Amino acid sequence: MLSDKDRIFTNIYGRFDSGLKGAMRRGSYSTTKDILAQGQDWVIEQVKASGLRGRGGAGFPTGLKWSFMPKEVGVRPHYLVVNADESEPGTCKDRDIMRHEPHQLIEGCLIASFAMRAHACYIYVRGEFIREREALQAAIDEAYDAGFLGKNNKFGWDFDLYVHHGAGAYICGEETALLESLEGKKGMPRLKPPFPANTGLYGCPTTVNNVESIAVVPEILRRGADWFAGLGKKNNTGTKLFCVSGHVNRPCNVEEEMGVPLRELIDRHCGGVRGGWDNLLAVIPGGSSVPCLPASACDDLTMDFDTLRDLKTGLGTAAVIVMDKSTDIVRAIARISYFYKHESCGQCTPCREGTGWMWRVLERMARGQAEKREIDMLFDVTKQVEGHTICALGDAAAWPVQGLIKNFRYEIERRIDDYTARSTQAPVAAVAAE
Amino acid sequence: MAVRRLAQQQPESFAFSPENLEWAKRQITKYPPGRQASAVIPLLWRAQEQHEGWLPEPAMRYIADMLEMPYIRVLEVATFYTMFQLAPVGKKAHVQVCGTTPCMLRGAGDLIDACKKRIAPHQHELSADGAFSWEEVECLGACVNAPMVQVFSDTYEDLTEDSFNALLDTFERGGKPKPGPQIDRLYSAPEGGFTSLTDPRLDQGSSSEREAAEGVETGNGHHVEPTSEEASAEVAGHPDPTGLPEEAATRAQPTGEPKQEPATAEAPEASAKATHEHAVAQPEDVAEGEAKPAALDSPRNGKPDDLKRISGIGAKIEKTLNENGIYHFDQIAGWSDENVAWLDNNLKLRGRIGREEWVHQAQALQSADAEGKGE
Repeated sequence: MLSDKDRIFTNIYGRFDSGLKGAMRRGSYSTTKDILAQGQDWVIEQVKASGLRGRGGAGFPTGLKWSFMPKEVGVRPHYLVVNADESEPGTCKDRDIMRHEPHQLIEGCLIASFAMRAHACYIYVRGEFIREREALQAAIDEAYDAGFLGKNNKFGWDFDLYVHHGAGAYICGEETALLESLEGKKGMPRLKPPFPANTGLYGCPTTVNNVESIAVVPEILRRGADWFAGLGKKNNTGTKLFCVSGHVNRPCNVEEEMGVPLRELIDRHCGGVRGGWDNLLAVIPGGSSVPCLPASACDDLTMDFDTLRDLKTGLGTAAVIVMDKSTDIVRAIARISYFYKHESCGQCTPCREGTGWMWRVLERMARGQAEKREIDMLFDVTKQVEGHTICALGDAAAWPVQGLIKNFRYEIERRIDDYTARSTQAPVAAVAAE
Repeated sequence: MAVRRLAQQQPESFAFSPENLEWAKRQITKYPPGRQASAVIPLLWRAQEQHEGWLPEPAMRYIADMLEMPYIRVLEVATFYTMFQLAPVGKKAHVQVCGTTPCMLRGAGDLIDACKKRIAPHQHELSADGAFSWEEVECLGACVNAPMVQVFSDTYEDLTEDSFNALLDTFERGGKPKPGPQIDRLYSAPEGGFTSLTDPRLDQGSSSEREAAEGVETGNGHHVEPTSEEASAEVAGHPDPTGLPEEAATRAQPTGEPKQEPATAEAPEASAKATHEHAVAQPEDVAEGEAKPAALDSPRNGKPDDLKRISGIGAKIEKTLNENGIYHFDQIAGWSDENVAWLDNNLKLRGRIGREEWVHQAQALQSADAEGKGE
């Protein structure tokens, strides 16, 4: 188990002073000047050496992403945009960083902006996080007052940090949709290429990073890339905030080492699965977008990007949704499908039409009011949606359904059998477009 | 996608109040020249807040004019983002129930049923007296505190059908319920005691300083860091007393606390907002609801606790506290709200006790010390 001294977010529960004074006592800003004195390339090399992978879901190496930014600033200024549009069902880690550890994030923004030669950074906070936004803005004001931000600040890198917010659209967590939204438009993802590192916010080179990815950087640089790389597993280094929700006795957020066994995570920090480990039905290991795993796969499961990828699921945002045997699994996944139907931006036809179609079919399957051949048809449709849209929302809508069919096909079939047994002539409802 | 249409009945016109207009102008300066359209969402949101929680069509035109945007672009934004309410909502509370899977697994369905029973059979429908409305929303990002609802700016978490009904009762009376978890729990920490971050010294110095100090402290046998097994055993044996309800109440609005520093030119937005919205929460120099905490003539056994271990207390404040007969953590841990108010005013601490959570810290230190002795 990770010991407290290796935890980065020591105030994640808001137990201590979240303000500047408390943060500085815990080490924030103590070495910022020395870090900046080492130069841009050193910072990027250190982040690369630490093995930090993006914490927003895709797990792309953060240092590598930073190195895509142009080395020289031309006529177009550079921007850092922090993605605080945390909306993936199951995920609530960035919320705690913003309200209880805002200065780790602010210092991270300063260092990351310096590394990418940006003088301005926008933090895009989801609209619902009103108090979190206020907490973050208050912390930024404190940092300005202390001379840590702004022109001619104490660290010698002119830097302005702004908080921007959305108004309730999951899709704005997609980086190009976020940029569109930040420019005052509907949050509809852009075609890539060009990538944001070339043409991003206002057509300028931009890097979009998750809150957690940015907030861990100061501590990594303070304690050394080796320290971070020494935690976790090869290629899956460091610590991670896990959000464990659903059918556990004591759901909570907790910072643990990458590669922590799922069972240890649940038993040690969350008081175990409701009704005991044997009462486990399934786990969604990384937020609603990734396929679920049946209990049989969970006994020796370790929580890291590569292990979960090999199981055809993903670590995502490390939001573990636990479901015990009382769960109506078909209905639970149908609710996730409804979520994607609701949140599809409507730009690409496969997603706009497909998400609604998948939801309606699943709702029928939850009642058993379907035919068995429709299970294969549904699977086929998820494959038609997956990979045929501009952004990954289509994939994210398809994967949970695929996970359900792969792992719980027998449950869908049982319901269909039950329903047909109850009514000798089960009508197949007509499926129409909206 | 969700189909969203404007309400049939619209007001004649809309204009920002003078304060909001000032605020809006400052917002626009956050973006580069010519990029004022970026401010459209914050401005629409402020308009909604000003207009009883819903966004009328004239406000969209007003903001479009202000930002030099075509009307249709603003209309697109207003109908795309689901937090913009396009029809009137309940005046006392518009209840947004999170219904996505993590909340659903923990009983969001009960809350929705309660809404249907108490407020209106359908979403976005006003209750008979116009005071309430409700809707089912998608994941609000408080999944470890499921099920939960959001009412205007605040979230109410870890609900049951009963506590949700109690919440609605409070709104009905025109009251303001305590935001955050509705059970005995500190934010997203596990209920019943910490399983990590149990070391109260985590707030004392940076990680490297703590590491350096550790060697020294291990030498004299004081404050030996428990190994992880010991730590977890401790946790299992002695639930951490953090997360007391009254603590949660004072801590639940970390952002609501007025800053001591005056608003500055660089960052006028939040300071102004804080002053504007939370002026009522400012501690005032009145003696109402105050009580002097119990004092000791001298420290017990002649050995005062090192009060400086509480973050926020330095040598000077420690001396002042000692002069007032406060020597031990357990004294601080037992302060009531009235005590805190008295100390704030009479020792000129200006809200620091609450803001820096002395009582809470003292409780943690006290129990940590007790555990240390027990071993």
